[in-house]
Amino acid sequence: MTAVPTTDLVAYDDAVRRYDPVLGIEVHVELGTRTKMFCAAEVEFGAEPNTQTTPVSLGLPGALPVVNGTAVEYAIRIGLALNCQIAESCRFARKNYFYPDVPKNFQTSQYDEPIAYDGWIDVELEDGETFRVEIERAHMEEDAGKNTHVGGTAGRIHGAEYSLVDYNRAGIPLVEIVTRPIEGAGERAPEVARAYVQTLRDIFRALDVSEARMERGNVRADVNVSLRTGPEAPLGTRTETKNVNSFRSVERTVRHEISRQAAVLDAGDTVVQETRHWHEDTGVTTPGRVKSDAEDYRYFPEPDLVPVAPSRDWVEEIRAGLPEMPAARRRRLQGDWGYADAEMRDVVNAGALDLIEATVAGGTTPAGARKWWMGELARRAKQADVPLESMAVTPAQIAELEQLIAGGKINDKLARQVLDGVLAGEGDPAAVVQSRGLEVVSDDGALLTAIDEALAAQPDVVAKVRGGNQGPVGAIIGAVMKATKGQADAKRVRELVLERIGQ
Amino acid sequence: MTTDITRLSASELAASLADGTVSSVEATQAHLDRIAEVDGDLNAFLHVSAEEALATAADVDARRSAGDELGPLAGVPIAIKDVVVTKGLPTTAGSKILEGWIPPYDATLVERIKAAGLPILGKTNMDEFAMGSSTEHSAYGNTRNPWDLDRIPGGSGGGSAAAVAAFEAPLAIGTDTGGSIRQPGAVTGTVGAKPTYGGVSRYGLIAMASSLDQAGPVTRTVLDAALLHELIGGHDPRDSTSIPEALPRLADAARLGAAGDLKGLRVGVVKELSGEGYQEGVSARFAESLDTLRALGAEVVEVSCPHFTYALDAYYLIMPAEASSNLAKFDGMRFGLRVQPSEGPVTAERVMAATRGTGFGDEVKRRVILGTYALSAGYYDAYYGSAQKVRTLVQRDFAAAFDQADVLVSPTAPTTAFKFGEKLDDPLAMYLNDVATIPANLAGVPGVSVPNGLSDDGLPVGFQILAPAKADDRMYRVGAALEASLEKTWGGPLLAQAPELKTTELTR
Repeated sequence: MTAVPTTDLVAYDDAVRRYDPVLGIEVHVELGTRTKMFCAAEVEFGAEPNTQTTPVSLGLPGALPVVNGTAVEYAIRIGLALNCQIAESCRFARKNYFYPDVPKNFQTSQYDEPIAYDGWIDVELEDGETFRVEIERAHMEEDAGKNTHVGGTAGRIHGAEYSLVDYNRAGIPLVEIVTRPIEGAGERAPEVARAYVQTLRDIFRALDVSEARMERGNVRADVNVSLRTGPEAPLGTRTETKNVNSFRSVERTVRHEISRQAAVLDAGDTVVQETRHWHEDTGVTTPGRVKSDAEDYRYFPEPDLVPVAPSRDWVEEIRAGLPEMPAARRRRLQGDWGYADAEMRDVVNAGALDLIEATVAGGTTPAGARKWWMGELARRAKQADVPLESMAVTPAQIAELEQLIAGGKINDKLARQVLDGVLAGEGDPAAVVQSRGLEVVSDDGALLTAIDEALAAQPDVVAKVRGGNQGPVGAIIGAVMKATKGQADAKRVRELVLERIGQ
Repeated sequence: MTTDITRLSASELAASLADGTVSSVEATQAHLDRIAEVDGDLNAFLHVSAEEALATAADVDARRSAGDELGPLAGVPIAIKDVVVTKGLPTTAGSKILEGWIPPYDATLVERIKAAGLPILGKTNMDEFAMGSSTEHSAYGNTRNPWDLDRIPGGSGGGSAAAVAAFEAPLAIGTDTGGSIRQPGAVTGTVGAKPTYGGVSRYGLIAMASSLDQAGPVTRTVLDAALLHELIGGHDPRDSTSIPEALPRLADAARLGAAGDLKGLRVGVVKELSGEGYQEGVSARFAESLDTLRALGAEVVEVSCPHFTYALDAYYLIMPAEASSNLAKFDGMRFGLRVQPSEGPVTAERVMAATRGTGFGDEVKRRVILGTYALSAGYYDAYYGSAQKVRTLVQRDFAAAFDQADVLVSPTAPTTAFKFGEKLDDPLAMYLNDVATIPANLAGVPGVSVPNGLSDDGLPVGFQILAPAKADDRMYRVGAALEASLEKTWGGPLLAQAPELKTTELTR
């Protein structure tokens, strides 16, 4: 077996013409419960290391786990949203392996008895086509702590002088969702992978079971890819790329693995079954541990816990309380707002759906809300290279801005200055108008003073207008607007100027 | 005062405390003195917490004189097996790997003991991680049997049993995974009770085998055991396997039994727990005790539990399998011993290996290796899976037997206390000591060992009474009846016949 250098790739189009990709995706989502999976330690992002622990989450001698009921409810919600069966009774198991970030040296997980199984979900691709992904199972488990390697290169364990472990994350409840082999996506496999993870993220948010922030690692995907010569051929050897944590990376990982594996197969070699790591900077995957040395996890039922047996009544109660799913909601909102298909897709892809919905709820017209979020704000977000939702302005503030325009308090040009103020943290739009003195000057007295000054300064223009040529009046209006720093209502200025000149 | 305070049973001492004849400080000091006098030879204690115990005693005395409502055992000192975590007191589980570890929290049962105002005298010796039947596997030296210092005090809770037998403490806590409360009780002439699984919280017990471990009382009388059981037992939300229902009335059952009437009670003799392998004197005392029960009005019937024959084998797969996983956390990363590898790179994995290699004793390693093997891919079904099936069969045997009898009885252990070293090189012979106690752990049913005489070698013998799950009251009733009747014959407690221990002069 010869190693294929990562630069030696088959062009993607060529690869998918000759090989049929099959995917398998495991998505881990951290549940947004107040406390951990098996103890009362609080869960809060960004707390001081090792402050959110109990004897249980530190794995101290004698400590015992107790299942978090809210986590079970969230897992059931996820299972139901993914059209799964919910187990009448299921157990936790111990997955035994030694690693310093696993305080007990076993992870309490579910093995042969997941809480949810046999589901499916339709994912919408960017062009509006849907693709059905079958779900094998969704199970509950606990997260590990976080290792920090100090003194090596780029935080890697290799060459590090020492390592630190933060157990704040240890024991945070996770649900892992495992697909059946995703077949038939063909050349669109990377896109399907991305859309699937994005669909799950949207569902987690709609269900209110997690903040589901990819950048914080709330949602992490392990992406399995294999190639075969055609849909009828037996499955090829897969690789598993671990902890891919953005939608774009999911897509790029699949694309890269298809090109890489095609090169391996073209060379007459066999794909090595292994875990791989995705490198965002270089856009390639590199091998991690080889799976054939896979540890024997010695799973056995967790004797410290009793089976979880959600009653059918409870499951039905949870089902009845499920919120509208994102796809249904998109269809409803598009109908309500009268957006064209392409407009709606752009809004969804830009992550502006919630923002626009909230802005419309604040009284803005759907067209007005779209104009702001997909126009001025999208432009500024792109400039600042931040997601739209991270902009320091709320839908309520945009709605307020629109009201100020509609009420004639400010004009479009002033509105952009007001937005500057809001984004700079100067308060709500009305407050910014006040503090920056941006209100349209509608006091005729103040305008007349400026007009008289402008008339006096340009007697030739006045003469021309009086002579019946209204063309040059723009020069007077321009001077007035300049004198009032753009805060005058240009239409009113025109009326007053003509009145003054006696026309 | 004419009576030695340390000779009083816990309930007698409690009565003296209640009527003001003795203070808790006096009682606690008397036991601390006794420990100082005899524990040099016995080595029942790994740690004596004199200061804390006296402070608790003084506090209880103050509350009593202030007229506070106190629990029935308030002010009665107690010893705790070192496998139970105690906030601020060293807890080693008899292992080098935990040397110097001071737990930051209390086990639930310790919280209850503290809340009830029992001064904690200290932590008692045990086989490392409760693995053994002789306390010879402690990393901190043997505990000796007060009846014969050349003999084992049983195990794993030899320290608690010896402490109670030697009047160092009127009460102690033990834990029983395969007999570690009952067998030491039998060989030291004390009472040891294993409650129904889930009857006493396991939160804060350093686990050996989670599905088998159970904490319980070690005492000199059946009534004391029932009182202590009531104090430490009952539901605990921090232990998922804890029974939600309230405990049956145990002390009342013991008092009822002591009155001596067992009319209508069916006592089942388990056929498989007698005969070959049982020492002659053990069998003789057992037969006599059956006569005693008949004389009290009980009907004695023979029952068969055919799968008990496989119980030991199943136990030695399930217990090590769970232990191999439970003991994985002892890796030198977060607490306890940390050993750097003597050569080569210092990686987390190598530190873990060096720590475990140095910190664990041979018996622990034996069981961890056994359990790791039993859980391995390809062997799981044959070993762990089959053992769980046997466990189900043992449970069915119990269910069928309890259809025919209210309680089941057997000798607690096949032999009296053996000499140090006698079985140390033969693990299987050592394991056979638990043949009669293990079935109860596999099925989760309660059992108590009550002293029922001396064998022809002059050493104590125990009588085991097993009851259905959640019917712990039955074993206390029968145990107290047997105890009362036998003590009449003996003219006092069996421990009165124990040899006087050599005492060293106090330098206090």
